[in-house]
Amino acid sequence: MGLLTFKGGIHPFEGKEMSMDKQVVELWPTGEMVYPLSQHIGAPAKPLVKKGDRVLRGQKIAEAGGFISAHIHSSCSGTVKAIETRRTSGGNMVMSIVVDNDGQFETVDFSQNLKPLDTLYTDDVREMIKEAGIVGMGGAGFPTNVKYSPKNENDIDHIIVNGAECEPYLTSDYRRMVEEPDKLIAGLTIAVNLFPKAKGIIAIEDNKPEAIRILREKIGKSDKLSVNVMKTKYPQGGERSIIYANTGRTLNSSMLPADVGCIVSNVDTIIAIYEAVCEGKPLMERIVTVTGDAIANPINLKVPIGTNCNELIKAAGGFLGDIPPKIIAGGPMMGRNMVSLDVPTVKGLSAILCLSEDVVSASETTNCIRCGKCVEVCPSRLMPAELATIGEHHDTDKFKKLDGMECVECGCCSYVCPAKRHLAQTIASTRKQILAMGKK
Amino acid sequence: MSELMNVSSSPHVRSKDSTSRIMLDVIIALLPATGVGIYNFGFKAFLIIAVTIASSVGFEYLSCVLMKKKPTTRDLSAVLTGLLLALNLSPDVPLWLPIIGAAFGIIIVKQVFGGLGQNFMNPALGARCFLLLSFTGQMTSFTYDSVTGATPLAVIKAGESADLTKMFIGTIPGTIGETSAAALLIGAAYLLTKRIISPRIPFMYIGVFTVLIAIYALATGVADPLYFVGEELCGGGLMLGAFFMATDYVTSPITPNGKLIFGAMLAILTFLFRMFGSSAEGVSYAIIICNLFVPLIERFTVPTSFGKGAVKYE
Ligand code: SF4
Ligand code: SF4
Repeated sequence: MGLLTFKGGIHPFEGKEMSMDKQVVELWPTGEMVYPLSQHIGAPAKPLVKKGDRVLRGQKIAEAGGFISAHIHSSCSGTVKAIETRRTSGGNMVMSIVVDNDGQFETVDFSQNLKPLDTLYTDDVREMIKEAGIVGMGGAGFPTNVKYSPKNENDIDHIIVNGAECEPYLTSDYRRMVEEPDKLIAGLTIAVNLFPKAKGIIAIEDNKPEAIRILREKIGKSDKLSVNVMKTKYPQGGERSIIYANTGRTLNSSMLPADVGCIVSNVDTIIAIYEAVCEGKPLMERIVTVTGDAIANPINLKVPIGTNCNELIKAAGGFLGDIPPKIIAGGPMMGRNMVSLDVPTVKGLSAILCLSEDVVSASETTNCIRCGKCVEVCPSRLMPAELATIGEHHDTDKFKKLDGMECVECGCCSYVCPAKRHLAQTIASTRKQILAMGKK
Repeated sequence: MSELMNVSSSPHVRSKDSTSRIMLDVIIALLPATGVGIYNFGFKAFLIIAVTIASSVGFEYLSCVLMKKKPTTRDLSAVLTGLLLALNLSPDVPLWLPIIGAAFGIIIVKQVFGGLGQNFMNPALGARCFLLLSFTGQMTSFTYDSVTGATPLAVIKAGESADLTKMFIGTIPGTIGETSAAALLIGAAYLLTKRIISPRIPFMYIGVFTVLIAIYALATGVADPLYFVGEELCGGGLMLGAFFMATDYVTSPITPNGKLIFGAMLAILTFLFRMFGSSAEGVSYAIIICNLFVPLIERFTVPTSFGKGAVKYE
């Protein structure tokens, strides 16, 4: 009762018990490492190394290619083998730096990046976040230093850590909250201190009582930080949903969270901020959940960025039986279908989910029976049934008039549809078309 | 290794709900009322139900084949249409009548417009109203315990009083499935708890209707207003209509507010038909008429999208 939440949403099969209680295991890759120059929103990074160069773990190998862009660091030591296009998990070919990993993990001295905390100005902290190449690690990959430099600094009153982890199967954020609460709290404190009026909220769904307990205990009495408990419901961790649940403020697609005084960050991102500012460490690794009913030993891995995904699968005991029909980068609701495992781990990869059954291609689309379920669950309060039909007819004006551009692509509508219509897919592709037209 | 796996965009999981599962649930929810109907009216009721369902499914299959479409009989919607139509028939109709009804409902009302989801009128109700207009005699003669009698609502309309307990349990003359408010409510509870139907339409319908009837009872000085309201609620096809036919997905608004308006409109029309019309019944016509207004209702009740008009925070 009285839990924070939003209107709409669904309760999909959670699947978290497979990996929830598995302690994070470090993976030290043996194969070649691939660093795509586009692991973030914005301009691709520009290489700072060339073929034949020796690089160290932690060395900056590519620098931000624009204001909205991010540096990239090597996560192993070795020799640059090539700078060429490589396939990424989405199937695209992206210019990448390929490093022949020598297995030594010879590391640069991070202490040279450090400055005493009490001498830091807020802009120094932002600079350190930028230097560390931190981007939003929930998947979107927006450069964190840009996010933490809004125009209206004085209006920011909430920094919300997204500990909802509302996507089924994912447990990487949970493990981080349970295993490294001190880093999370310290990172959040740093973030909060960037703004004169900000308070920090760690927002967690009520299906993670252990994380709530530990973080509450560690925070103790504080007027700056608190833990908020939210109802377990998808997409509770969606940016608009989580802001609404925790502050009652609403925003639409033309606004940024900063417009309503909020900044929302992923758990991993906040910990990366801590490591950048307090340990001088750049973003070189992340937690990836490798799970699904087709995986022998579901696991949470601390993986150096650039590691080949096949190595992750191997670390999880490989597949049970044949190669599963469905391998997803991320969660089942918003993750992307992987066309190959021969792709690198990137900053935004939260999970590799392997399912032995492809329920989507197994189900057949039938006529819309107008049950209204899609309307009920849509967190953006749209009419997915109508929007998808309009999308099929490419009527972009009507699509915009019915606020189709407000869709957050959460997938709830497709999930509930008894006629198995591909609602979210159709709406998402119509949105993309319209956005592309607008850019021209 | 660059094996191509099944490529599709998110979401990659689906709920277990399916069209046929939902139809099955509605059929299950109608079983208590069907049972009471058969118990009440005997084997002839069973025969009518069987013939109506069989011919509905048959016509569905036939029209799909003729229109060169994949047969949609497996989604169970034709079974449901057949059952609903049968429950709306008098147990005394000759067996050829439901066959004509099924043909009209399935072919004219449903398939000609493109099949499930495309029809603007509930096929079972469309068929019933068609039969009422064409075969009024057969459709409105009701025997109960071998006595030809008027339905309780007709009795009340004539200014007398009926037995409310019997009306609630269902041991009264009427159509096969409408007589037992109790059995229908059990089915309704099943649909509501399984969230197959939203309470918006039926609660609004019954709620507003109750208020209107109560006002009418007080205004016209009926002897026992409370009893009168009870009779109007249990009598006729109100429960069957409110929970099982007004909630038909295809022919009711998909917007939350639209459902409320739809329910209120039904209540007003039913009230007008029953109190001021020539026949004691009114539910079927009310639903059919409101079906026609659904596109209009939807147009005016498009939900406000989240964050619409949100202001920047300063
Ligand atoms: S959930 Fe599917 S069947 Fe129901 S109204 Fe929406 S699109 Fe139509
Ligand atoms: S229309 Fe968009 S926002 Fe609404 S449920 Fe579907 S995917 Fe989510």
